[in-house]
Amino acid sequence: MIEVFHLVPALLIGALAVYTTVARDTFAATVGFIAYGLMLTVAWVQLHGVDVALTESAIGGGLTGLLLVRASAKLRATEAAARAERPRASTRLAAAILAAAVSAGLAIAVLALPDPAPTLAPEVLANMGPTGVGNPITAVLMAFRATDTLLEAIVLLLALVGVWSLAPDRVWGGRPGPRYNADPDGILAFIARVLPPIGIIVGIYIFWVGADDPGGKFQGATIVAAMWLLVLMAGLTDAPPISRRLLRAGLVAGPVAFIAIGFAGVATAGAFLAYPDGWSKPLILVVEFALMPSLALTLGLIMAGAPERAEAASPREAAP
Amino acid sequence: MTADAVTTPGGLLLPLAVLVPFLGMIAGLVLGGRNAQRVAMVTIVAGVAIALGIAQSMLQSGDTLVYVLGGFAPPLGIALRADGLSVVMMVAVAVVIGGIGVYARGDFGTPDGVREARAPLMYWLLLLAVWGSLNLVFTSGDLFTLYVALELLTFAGVPLVCLDGKGETLRSALRYLLFALAGSIFYLLGAVLVYGEWGTLDVALLAQRVQPGPVTWAAAALMTTGLLAKTALFPLHLWLPPAHAGAPPAASAVLSALVVKGSFFIVVRLWFDAMPALPGFAAAQLLAGLGAAAIIVGNVVALRQERLKLLIAYSTLAQIGYLFIMFPLAFDAGTGAFVRGEALAGGMLQAISHATAKAAMFLAAGLIYATLGHDRIADLAGAARRVPLSVLAFALGGVALTGALPSGAYVAKKLLLGAADASGQWWWALVLQAGGLFTTGYVLLVLSHALRASADAPAPRVRVRRSQEAAALALAACSLLLGFADVVLPGDLVKSPLDPGELATLVVTVAAGAAIALALGRRLPALPAGAALAAIGSPIRRATVAVGLLVERLDFALRHWHVAGLSLVVLTLLFAAAMSGAR
Repeated sequence: MIEVFHLVPALLIGALAVYTTVARDTFAATVGFIAYGLMLTVAWVQLHGVDVALTESAIGGGLTGLLLVRASAKLRATEAAARAERPRASTRLAAAILAAAVSAGLAIAVLALPDPAPTLAPEVLANMGPTGVGNPITAVLMAFRATDTLLEAIVLLLALVGVWSLAPDRVWGGRPGPRYNADPDGILAFIARVLPPIGIIVGIYIFWVGADDPGGKFQGATIVAAMWLLVLMAGLTDAPPISRRLLRAGLVAGPVAFIAIGFAGVATAGAFLAYPDGWSKPLILVVEFALMPSLALTLGLIMAGAPERAEAASPREAAP
Repeated sequence: MTADAVTTPGGLLLPLAVLVPFLGMIAGLVLGGRNAQRVAMVTIVAGVAIALGIAQSMLQSGDTLVYVLGGFAPPLGIALRADGLSVVMMVAVAVVIGGIGVYARGDFGTPDGVREARAPLMYWLLLLAVWGSLNLVFTSGDLFTLYVALELLTFAGVPLVCLDGKGETLRSALRYLLFALAGSIFYLLGAVLVYGEWGTLDVALLAQRVQPGPVTWAAAALMTTGLLAKTALFPLHLWLPPAHAGAPPAASAVLSALVVKGSFFIVVRLWFDAMPALPGFAAAQLLAGLGAAAIIVGNVVALRQERLKLLIAYSTLAQIGYLFIMFPLAFDAGTGAFVRGEALAGGMLQAISHATAKAAMFLAAGLIYATLGHDRIADLAGAARRVPLSVLAFALGGVALTGALPSGAYVAKKLLLGAADASGQWWWALVLQAGGLFTTGYVLLVLSHALRASADAPAPRVRVRRSQEAAALALAACSLLLGFADVVLPGDLVKSPLDPGELATLVVTVAAGAAIALALGRRLPALPAGAALAAIGSPIRRATVAVGLLVERLDFALRHWHVAGLSLVVLTLLFAAAMSGAR
């Protein structure tokens, strides 16, 4: 029975992967990809990787899915032309054979992996006492390999810079994306009014329990960012102009606090990103509190896209 | 736990070298507008000082600098390490960034009357981000941190391609992004397999633990191929020519001189430090074989370009090939491992020579373009009169690349030829020599046009910013004088330029280069389609033009998406086969 329980998601993941690859329609492939992300989430839960499952559903399936849906909507016009460009049968046959060979090689490699796998998990458990956190994943991300987490936060910031760099020059400094106009009495506006209070609490909860249980700032920030996007797309509010200094300060506050606490560690604990005895947990929480809003803002703005409109105040805000 | 996972004196400079450029990027983003440039200038000064400080600490201790991050030693935590290779690369990158930074003040100043402009702000932020990412590549001793560094480098490099906001460059940037991300995924998949097999990602610990086996072969093949895709080694170069030729000059210089060296450096880390006994002789021959193909195709196609910036981009393609010739030369048949020695020193010196020379050439080409309003090679006549210092910078950079005395490339070539001789691999010596001749060919080709007097009325000398010309010249001079770095190398490599043997080599090189330029170079009027081939009178010229066209067609075919994608997979399989066959 348990075997079947594990087998079904595995087969579905394989089937969805094939579907996503062979689907000719961009939108259909996107839907396949989102479903694939959800099945991966299920698989991670079955493997007891709840932290990974949360991340996969929030970022892999959720945010990336939304990004792809919007991209496929923009690609409608060129869909037919893209579909006409089909490689020759011989090329496709070669690709199929080579892909099968690589898959076979990877399968051999994965089956040859040592069992039980060599792991640092016991060492993490033995050393996480002084960090004061109860979730070993958080201990790895915020203490043992905190530098990687800091650098990943900078990757995200850099991704936003990359998105902004695509703005047309004449609207530089303006507001990202189109101004959404949804029916103020419609279902979207209704959901955008009802859901965010719940979503924000769920996001903050997932962030808060991350210290001791599965969860964390990235997953929580993604949920909060999604709520903001919902309000944005329902036309209830407008995205801020990217030239605002306050907005930019908000984007960098998290990474800056992280780096500042890191260098404070040089003086107080003898190493960059080391925490003095007894101060580990409070400092980790300070970093996470600072990072969470910055991450939510960065993710939301990446989704909102490059500036498309000059900075003029939107009509709704201009009204008395 | 290894003995060397202890923070050494001066170790704190390593996290500073990584984070100071990123702090500059953050400050530039918040302060915005003109301040971004000011912040970048201050950061460049600080960054150069940090790089010199690291070199100073290393010279004092004579040993690898280590910094254990967070006080948690590997494998639980991560450490930054700077060995001799890291330090020379960091200093070289600091110098090149400094030169490019001075130049870019002329091209990326915020215009008057504007509070903030897009391209300047983005440029300064991305320049600093590239720098921080490269320093992370050079100092990281952990395969996952290196992956983060690759991500940072890609996200910093790609927007540089399309800074001018045109549709055409946007397409080049997207091509670069997609192929580089495919490379990242290959690398990450390999890193995951390594952890699954050996339980650590730390390079120093892996060097002790790694044993050959199917998992490790698969991992090494995936990581190597992924990194080659990001380095644009032939035949995985589809993204490089349009990206490097289409970007603004100050961005092309960063991409061509520096960004491709990041993934190249990780290949070196992997093959020499993490798993030196794994890849074996056959895989090294394969790697250098790709390098040799890159040298031939890159150089021949460079000779056939109509535009100067594309010529320089194809020259980068060939020079990247040059960097991979050192792998088989560093293979020690006795121990079956890759050893640090003359070949590696030569390879890294070549990388630094190329970084400085190529930055100078792209900057000079930018000034020539800005003055003449075009960069068509055939119409360069009069350029030497109008922008003499820029043409001089291009010439010096080009001469340095050909391996003339006393350039860094000269010493690099000597070291590599010596290693080829010592290991009896004469075929790589041939490739090295041929590469130098081709380089001489296209440098002569460009100069023969640029030095000609213009047929029109003598145009007035155009004033370009002095600081921009000085920056290009200084970088070219760095490359040309790098040969004096041989004082730290063993042996007496640099001979007097008046030595009869050296003079004879010089004459032969120039003569052969001129012959290559005449034979393969594009002449006007440009040939239409193949039908006109028969119209060429001389049978020799007909043959050389046919060869040129053939190579050009091969390059064109390889730069198709599906061909490049298939090449990526084929190479992975070939590397895995070569490595497993070594046992």
